[in-house]
Amino acid sequence: METNVKKRRRPLETTIPANQDRRIAAQPKDIPGWGMDADPENDPTYPMKHANGADHQRLDYEKAPQQPVDMEILHSIERPNVTRVFGTSTPPKGLSGAIRRFAYRYSEATATHWMTLILADRVNVYEGILEDLAHGIIPNPWVERGWRAEWKVNRAGMIQKMAVGALAVTGAVVFLTRKNRRKERLPAGRYR
Amino acid sequence: MLAMNFRGPFRIRADRNRPDPEIKHPNDAIVRVTRSLICGSDLHLYHGMVPDTRVGMTFGHEFTGIVEAVGSGVQKLKVGDHVLVPFNIACGSCPFCKQELYGNCHESNPEATAVGGFFGYAHIAGGYDGGQAEYVRVPYADVSPTVIPEGMDIEDAVMLTDVTPTGYQAAEQGGIQPGDTVVVFGAGPVGIMAARCSWLFGAGRVIIIDHLEYRLEFARNYAKCEAYNFKDMDDPVVFLKKATDWYGADVCIDAVGCEASGDALQTILGKKLLFEAGSATALHWAINSVKKGGIVSVIGVYGPPWNLVPMGSLMNKGITLRGNQASVKRLLPKLIDHVMAGRLNPKGLITHRVPLEEVPDAYHMFSAKRDNIIKPLLIPPRAYAA
Repeated sequence: METNVKKRRRPLETTIPANQDRRIAAQPKDIPGWGMDADPENDPTYPMKHANGADHQRLDYEKAPQQPVDMEILHSIERPNVTRVFGTSTPPKGLSGAIRRFAYRYSEATATHWMTLILADRVNVYEGILEDLAHGIIPNPWVERGWRAEWKVNRAGMIQKMAVGALAVTGAVVFLTRKNRRKERLPAGRYR
Repeated sequence: MLAMNFRGPFRIRADRNRPDPEIKHPNDAIVRVTRSLICGSDLHLYHGMVPDTRVGMTFGHEFTGIVEAVGSGVQKLKVGDHVLVPFNIACGSCPFCKQELYGNCHESNPEATAVGGFFGYAHIAGGYDGGQAEYVRVPYADVSPTVIPEGMDIEDAVMLTDVTPTGYQAAEQGGIQPGDTVVVFGAGPVGIMAARCSWLFGAGRVIIIDHLEYRLEFARNYAKCEAYNFKDMDDPVVFLKKATDWYGADVCIDAVGCEASGDALQTILGKKLLFEAGSATALHWAINSVKKGGIVSVIGVYGPPWNLVPMGSLMNKGITLRGNQASVKRLLPKLIDHVMAGRLNPKGLITHRVPLEEVPDAYHMFSAKRDNIIKPLLIPPRAYAA
């Protein structure tokens, strides 16, 4: 009897053994003529490649000691682990951290990875404001956006921009309040 | 310590309460910054174009400094050395470093495999804090940091950490042959340096394209090249074809990257909606303006790895497309020689010298292209401390 239970598909990444390419690489050498036309000078993919035969010594190099992994480090799934050293700047945390963890489940070749990271960056900005407020810091756009310099070197342009902005805001407010007044003027019994 | 603190797009702070860096690895050093620069690629971070730029980071990948402390594994550097620190963080022993591809080190950036680790450049470059600060942690201190040669101006030295090698490599990647016509898109610091360095490879003619008159004028004087404003052209590709006997340039250099101006569709798709890796207008122009069989060298920064690139032209025209982050360590001996011999004058690109305390103003000025700015230099308050 045929079973209805579907076999769970495993992603290919989980089935391919690590470093398999080194085993495959040994086989073409048995093919007559293998590599006889290879010309190390003809390699436009490298900026002035310094050929030293190290191309395939992938696992054999001397690695530095591992920096203690004393914080959460998100790493690309295109490598098995973290690098021997890493930055210490800003480990993932909060909602943006959760979004980043999700993003790092996808490879660098996917839009999901990059677009999710951009989303996390935007969320992170609001978290930063909350963090500032929690520490009693009130963000100061005049200083943080460099408007001091703008006032110094482009005063006329800045005033013009501010005037246009103020006009747009005033226009929007007038438009909205006008609508409200019209509502207020409607006869009271109209909706009865 | 005092350091730049990123709070979100277009919002940064000169923060006096940043924690001092610590030695985290035996091969680390701590460097007291004497000079740092703001790079055009910092602006991509500042504008929110590069994914995984986390709030609280300190930017800055171009700096010089004095070694204040070293880890137990450091052998070449010693306390008191005044070093220029290349922007690449490179282990020196992985297969890529062994091939002098220091910009592609495999042991310095866990977050991405496409690029190596850089100082102060988002977490897709390893999440390291950068040099727009009083102190920096410098990993793999024995590999890239280089003692500033005696007699070299500190401003020349700091310009050798990124902008000069990047401009030089842009020209080198172009495979320029004697007499070649080279077109550089973008008259920012790197584009101007690429135009200047093209002569070192024997270019017969160098053309630079931009839309800001003051930068074009600067390029004419500094790089001794032809400079044209694309806003004055109906179609830059047709202009360049005509300027090259209708054949196209031998070599085109994209020194712009993801924030190119000049095409409304690219601006909306790439810069506003982020549906692709920024606006690829310069890359389009480069591919379409190069001759058949020519070389396009890309040194502009693109964020995520997809773009609306004219692959049809690439294939049909037989173009070679080359790009990479500069391998600063590989290029340093040659560039130090050029600077010491007076063949290159990198500090000539610096137009603004700003105290680190005014870093938000410097970013704004550079981003908004105010006051004829080309390259801003930051000076930390402890730069001159004994």
